[in-house]
Amino acid sequence: MVDGSFRQASGDGRVFTGRAIFAGLLVTIALAVVLARLAKLQVTDHEHFTTLSEENRVKLQPLPPTRGLIYDAKGILLADNFASYSLDVTVEKVEDLGATIAGLRELVTIEDKDLRRFERLRAQGRRFDPVPLRLNLSEEEVARIGVNGHRFPGVGIGVQLLRYYPLGPFTAHVLGYVGRINEREQETIDATEYSGTHYIGKTGVEKAYEGVLRGRVGYQEVEVNAKGRVLRVLEGQAPRSGRDLHLYLDIALQQAATAALGDRRGALVAIDPGTGGVLAMVSNPSFDPNPFVEGIGFEDYRDLREDPDNPLFNRAVRGQYPPGSTVKPFIGLGGLVTGTISFTGSKYCPGSYQLPGNSHRYRDWRKGGHGTVAMEQAIVQSCDVYFYDLAHDLGIDRLHDFLATFGFGVKTGVDVAGELAGLLPSREWAQRARKQPWFPGETLIVGIGQGAFLATPVQLAAATAAMANRGRLIAPRVVRATHTPGARAEERIPQVDRRVPVKDSHQWDQIIEAMAQVVDRGTAKRIRTDAYRIAGKTGTAQVFTVGQKESYRESQVSERMRDHALFVAFAPVEEPRIALAVIVENGGHGGSVAAPIARQVLDAYLGHAPAQLDTGEPEDGD
Amino acid sequence: MAARAYNSALDSVPAADRPGLLQRLHLDLPLLVSVLLLCGYGLLVLFSATDQDPGKVERQVLRLGMALGVMLALAQVHPAVLRRWAAPVYLVGVLMLVAVLIVGDIGKGAQRWLDLGVVRFQPSELLKVAVPMMLAWFLSGRPLPPSAWHILAGAILIAVPTLLIFMQPDLGTAILVTGSGAMVLFLAGMSWRLIFGVAVLAASLAPVLWYLLHDYQRQRVLTFMDPTTDPLGSGYHIIQSQIAIGSGGVYGKGWFNGTQSHLEFLPERTTDFIFAVLGEELGLTGALVLMAIYLVIILRGLYIASMARDTFGRLLAGGLTLIFFVYVFVNTGMVSGLLPVVGVPLPLVSYGGTSLVTIMGGFGIIMSIHTHRKRFPV
Repeated sequence: MVDGSFRQASGDGRVFTGRAIFAGLLVTIALAVVLARLAKLQVTDHEHFTTLSEENRVKLQPLPPTRGLIYDAKGILLADNFASYSLDVTVEKVEDLGATIAGLRELVTIEDKDLRRFERLRAQGRRFDPVPLRLNLSEEEVARIGVNGHRFPGVGIGVQLLRYYPLGPFTAHVLGYVGRINEREQETIDATEYSGTHYIGKTGVEKAYEGVLRGRVGYQEVEVNAKGRVLRVLEGQAPRSGRDLHLYLDIALQQAATAALGDRRGALVAIDPGTGGVLAMVSNPSFDPNPFVEGIGFEDYRDLREDPDNPLFNRAVRGQYPPGSTVKPFIGLGGLVTGTISFTGSKYCPGSYQLPGNSHRYRDWRKGGHGTVAMEQAIVQSCDVYFYDLAHDLGIDRLHDFLATFGFGVKTGVDVAGELAGLLPSREWAQRARKQPWFPGETLIVGIGQGAFLATPVQLAAATAAMANRGRLIAPRVVRATHTPGARAEERIPQVDRRVPVKDSHQWDQIIEAMAQVVDRGTAKRIRTDAYRIAGKTGTAQVFTVGQKESYRESQVSERMRDHALFVAFAPVEEPRIALAVIVENGGHGGSVAAPIARQVLDAYLGHAPAQLDTGEPEDGD
Repeated sequence: MAARAYNSALDSVPAADRPGLLQRLHLDLPLLVSVLLLCGYGLLVLFSATDQDPGKVERQVLRLGMALGVMLALAQVHPAVLRRWAAPVYLVGVLMLVAVLIVGDIGKGAQRWLDLGVVRFQPSELLKVAVPMMLAWFLSGRPLPPSAWHILAGAILIAVPTLLIFMQPDLGTAILVTGSGAMVLFLAGMSWRLIFGVAVLAASLAPVLWYLLHDYQRQRVLTFMDPTTDPLGSGYHIIQSQIAIGSGGVYGKGWFNGTQSHLEFLPERTTDFIFAVLGEELGLTGALVLMAIYLVIILRGLYIASMARDTFGRLLAGGLTLIFFVYVFVNTGMVSGLLPVVGVPLPLVSYGGTSLVTIMGGFGIIMSIHTHRKRFPV
């Protein structure tokens, strides 16, 4: 294209042309470099950038499942979900938190306790998660926020299904409650499964059946823009609701048992011997679980924690008490099974017992003694000396092994979270826990259910049900079946059972008859009824420890030093439909305090009008 | 005035040699066609980048029309007139830069605008043309290749407006103005030894320059070195634009289908980063087409420069052409991650009017140099 004729033939013209050609080359190379760079991005790294671009564009949103509901044996709803609107703040997106809160306060009431909860949840949660500032907004409040929301970036309305326990304190211990996932739980749970779910079962059945109740998280893939606004849903999978629970628990019986315990501290566990189903499980006093769902206020929680009656403590599965004389029928059966003694073999009770070569006197509860007694009378009168001697003859090893077959010393496996195992002492335990050998005198104390021997109310109830069953020990279950919403059939919770090894079934008859005699004419005769026959055993346990941190007040010391009253029973004797264990902390004597409570529950369950019971001074002992 | 003089001169040309309409309008066909092609192509990309906003595209078409008008007008001005006005225009430009620093409007944190009552005006844009004009005038009157003293004088002529623009602060324009002057010096035959020496000097002065940079400018350079250090802050532009380009692949995601662009991940997508929209939607192929058009324009400009009848014309046409190249290279280099982020638009494609007028005006001057064969009767 260069046409020399127009060019001046001067030197600067030639220099310029050289420079221009050089520049042209440079330009071509530079543009080629840019193209090479583009080729690297668009060809070599194309896949990488496609992935990044998709990650930008497509976000996975979790769809939390609906938690399963809980129904009692008769279909009464015990745990419900209701939609609640919350005012959520995503701290990450807020520029001036103070100003935002001040602005929101002009729209809705935000109390100091809301702010405290907000600060607490904020400290626990992740920065980019929305944290509720106010809960349970009214529809009017929701509308007010909706209109003004644009003024507050990072503020939104959240909808969540909140757990609600319509019967509150009646079910607080057995069902437990759900609450916000805390930091410690955050580390242990599967983050994917809980994405979008803020609540988790904290205690009781809610915790034990967490995996069943929770359901499966769903998701949706959405296309978002750079501001995070969802433009359209690409694909997704709906969440699967949690399964509903249907309980053995009969809320009417639960309420009757709670009423029977009244304002006394204690626990009652009632079991259907045929199924192992827990008909009632009461720990008294109780509390309202509903505030825990949203996060209970600090003062309210402190009041509950510092209450000397310890309402938060689930005595039914975590209270470990010396079982006292309630174990005598079990030990008596052990004597028969091992051939240590015959049912009619008698011992003389002078009111105290001494080991050979030892001056220590082991007292009977009755100062004058019971005279000559065989096993039936020993159980009916709760003769301590008889059982000191029987325990001595059995020895700790056989005593331990036989009681273990009734489930003492190990968790029953009840489906209520937090169960403790109690303590069934043995030589091995003495070595391990105390670094001391077993002393022969300790065997005697175990023989009357005292000393280191500890049992939980649910253990006593399960063992009593096994007695009623003539040896079939079933792991107690609160939950009878689970039910997938929409499905036709329920899925039953499988029974776990084992047998107490008793070869001669006549021995069951003998012990059960002795227990029936306890109510007919023995230490629990005040609860005798003509309507049905009750087999039972009273117990009185000296206070050692309640297995919890108790802070005694001066004025209450004497009351708190009193013995615990216990009673185990099942009825009707001929065809047992209910077995139960009652413990009243510092209640005094089992026969006068614990047995009448049991009778009221038995009446309620077996369909008899509550009887007027003799409430006079106790003349019967242990 | 100049045009009339020229036209009257044409009257004496025999009828067979009478120039066509284009020649009479002093337009260069290859340059005009490729510039119009570029504008059309740019409008297609812009239409997508603005989320198919006809209002914005209409405004841009209007601006293009205005800029083409300026091009047409400047093409009529005889190079001799430009030469005569070079020094006064340069002086007025520098004075306006001083005025901007004293009374200028602040837009986006920098003082760049001068409100002349009727229009708001960015004097720094004027300097992009005034500086090469001034240098071309200064050097063309002296023996070439220029002596070291003349080069030093030329450097001062470049440095004064550059520093004034740098103080606004506007790094992008400062670089372009320096570049426009330096291109003229280079084309004038500045010795390779001197070029090398200046390069070494510039490199050794880099720490001083670093000291003079504003924090946000330093941050841009740091982020360029490693965008991942601040993925949500200053690295965001670079990362998102590379994602846009890279995910486009060879053939692109298709017109209107760029997710990075339309879901607002790509910042400044209608202005400085429009090249990333093109890369995402039209792919490497689309970028290749764009680069080809740019290359044709630049090579045509260089050809015109080397064909010019005097030194002033050569230097001015060559300088204006190469500054156009600097625009292209700095913008595409920055968007593709080769260069740090400086505010330089993609010429004739980015949304916005100011640089459009300057660039088109430059093409007008180049065409004028090419079409005014006859010496201007001084």
